[in-house]
Amino acid sequence: MTSLLNRSRPPVFCPGCGHEIVVRALDKAFQNMGLEGNEICLVSDIGCSGLFDTFFNTHAFHGLHGRVLTYATGIKLCRPELHVVATMGDGGLGIGGAHLLSACRRNVNLTLLVLNNFNFGMTGGQCSATTPSQAEVASGFLNRLDRPLELHPIAAAAGVPYIATVSGYQKDLDKVVEEAINFDGFAIVEILGICPGRYTKRNKLTPVTIEADLNRKGLNNGPVAANARAEYGKAYRELADQQERAKPPKAVKTVLTPPATGRQDVIILGSAGQRVITAGELLGIAAMSAGLHVTQKNDYDITVLRGPSIAELILAPGEIDYPEISRPSVILALAAEGVARRQNAFASADERTLVVQASNVEIPETKAKVQVVDFKALELKAQDWAVAALAVLAKMKTVIDTTMLETALSHRFKGKVLEGVKAVVDTAMTHDA
Amino acid sequence: MSLTLLEGNEIIAWAAYEAGCRFFAGYPITPATTIYNTMLRLLPPEGGIVLQGEDEIASLGYCLGASMAGWKAMTATSGPGISLYSENISFAIGSEIPVVIVDVQRLGPSTGAATKGADGDVQFMRWGNSGGLPVIVLAPADIADCFPITMHAFNLAEQYRCPVFIASNKEIGLTSESVNFAALERVPVVNRRLAPKGEPFVPFRPAPDSDVPNFLPFGEETLVRQTSSTHGENGYITNDPAAITAVNERLQRKLTANVDLFSFCREEQVTGAQTLIVTYGVTSRAARLACRELNLKGRKVSLLVLKTLFPVPENTIRRAAAGMKKVVVVEMNQGQYAFEVDRILKDCKVEFTGGMNGKLISPSQIMEAVID
Repeated sequence: MTSLLNRSRPPVFCPGCGHEIVVRALDKAFQNMGLEGNEICLVSDIGCSGLFDTFFNTHAFHGLHGRVLTYATGIKLCRPELHVVATMGDGGLGIGGAHLLSACRRNVNLTLLVLNNFNFGMTGGQCSATTPSQAEVASGFLNRLDRPLELHPIAAAAGVPYIATVSGYQKDLDKVVEEAINFDGFAIVEILGICPGRYTKRNKLTPVTIEADLNRKGLNNGPVAANARAEYGKAYRELADQQERAKPPKAVKTVLTPPATGRQDVIILGSAGQRVITAGELLGIAAMSAGLHVTQKNDYDITVLRGPSIAELILAPGEIDYPEISRPSVILALAAEGVARRQNAFASADERTLVVQASNVEIPETKAKVQVVDFKALELKAQDWAVAALAVLAKMKTVIDTTMLETALSHRFKGKVLEGVKAVVDTAMTHDA
Repeated sequence: MSLTLLEGNEIIAWAAYEAGCRFFAGYPITPATTIYNTMLRLLPPEGGIVLQGEDEIASLGYCLGASMAGWKAMTATSGPGISLYSENISFAIGSEIPVVIVDVQRLGPSTGAATKGADGDVQFMRWGNSGGLPVIVLAPADIADCFPITMHAFNLAEQYRCPVFIASNKEIGLTSESVNFAALERVPVVNRRLAPKGEPFVPFRPAPDSDVPNFLPFGEETLVRQTSSTHGENGYITNDPAAITAVNERLQRKLTANVDLFSFCREEQVTGAQTLIVTYGVTSRAARLACRELNLKGRKVSLLVLKTLFPVPENTIRRAAAGMKKVVVVEMNQGQYAFEVDRILKDCKVEFTGGMNGKLISPSQIMEAVID
């Protein structure tokens, strides 16, 4: 097979740099596999390993420091037929740590070559995540305080199904790389090498010491049996195919006439768990069934299951300009939390406003007409009060009527849920307004 | 009539789908999350891909990879996420990678208030990149407007090969409004122009009639090079000042020289008006009401609602302001776009009103600023 090396752009590494050996091993691996340049995408990021993509006649993507796996993942998922090979240094390993862990957990069929030469070569030999604590580097004493990161066990713990940590000087490097590329899943090859320009000026590191160190560690190279599983892209497509297609948003037909003319501003003040937002939606659907324009804004705390829950709706015969309520037409006061959050709504209410007040909820002084409802006496649970309050409104023919509410219920719910909500509405209708 | 209650965020997702978007990656953040939720319902059953990134940096990284593979890609976040996107935004600008970025703005600075609205990121979207080259920023004025604006965003990203921002706002993204979904404004879909077959492909050489290079995706017969480094037309690193100047000036020119072709706006010109209100986004709703009331009272006021914010549509603004004595710029921040309008209009007084406290700007505040 022919070499995929770019003859017009030969490697430009410092004399004696371990990276150049990896370039040739990678080219040999491609040749062993009989690959054409357009069957491969080389993805690199920043640092000396980031020069790799220029040395090959393949598809090539060179991006930001530490982010190589994010680009490679996007490319591979959209072009599963491509062999996507990513390169990074020990710098990229450190700054892109979150992406590395995610890639291990995800298992997209990518090959990652980590060219670990134990320091930042390009910026002057500062310590990286893998610099030994006793090394002399351009970061002063700082590396003495940090423990070097061991990629092999970390990647295995994060779920990588294939990892090999090898010396850049071993004879079968091309075979190791080839096996990793052929592996159907995320495969990492960590290649230990020498940075003559920076690191070995002050530190002893030779092919012999690298090999001795690897022998001492006795790492298990190759597939990680405990992490064997389906490749992400294939699994993704399988699960995606089982998902139901989204239907276009369901529309409400305008068939009814609203009981009131003019704009109606409704505020539902409740607490988490009272289905306030759903009640707001039902009110909106009911209004749309009578041809009204609707805006709905909700307010609740970022933590759920406690605190206020508020829905604010504007229902209007024409287009709504400013989607903010200044004078409420109706306030449904269903819980102390909601009332406390919107004290000012009661102050801005006037004699035209209707307040539906749950009998156990205190409200501030107001000029509004107040309709007290004892939901407990009706044996309604607090979670149903918001819907029940809509039934009270419908019975009073305020904002909505019963036909509009029933239309909304049938539009929004079906089956047993619909029956349950209808029962709530029927019970609330027995209240004497 | 048939109406549906939909959030601005949901409409953006549906419009993206109709524009041909089949790749979405994002990191959950209030108030943008419902875009991600909706994309997750829409894309996977149609052969598309949705990823939840491990962070915002990864999310945009996935999109850039997907876009270079030839797919239309989108991500969505809020101000804190835009901060993390910054480096990849610079990459997409300099390396001409089409991508749509939705910023559902929330109250800042910093983590600010997740559930309160603002338009505090408009200059951040424009300038939050290294090198300071232009981007396109479009702003929907209301919920229904999210549909055409999103489709335009994809079309422009494809046509000009650049990141396009949709400057939404919590008050648009999370407000539900009755819309006639089937009747929302659709615009014809534009796809990136592919390099003709049989000619040598030079990845960053502009097409003969254009300032935009033709595109080829990774994975097909012709080899494609992409790089974040300073490059010449061939996609290899260059140190040649002439080559660098040519690329950087072209990146500027391809957007600023063509902004008249995509200066989306809504104008309500009133005969005899000597005051013009300039606004954008959700504030345009209050401004429309303020204008109507002022005109009813006999105080004549015209309105310009900008939907293209960047590059600044200078001709549109100058034309709308011709003959005006006073221009009031209204926005949900402390005067970011007012600066642009003031820079452009030399012959009239430019004033700002607005604020950034989580509340909508009220019609009365606008009326007071006009009357003052």
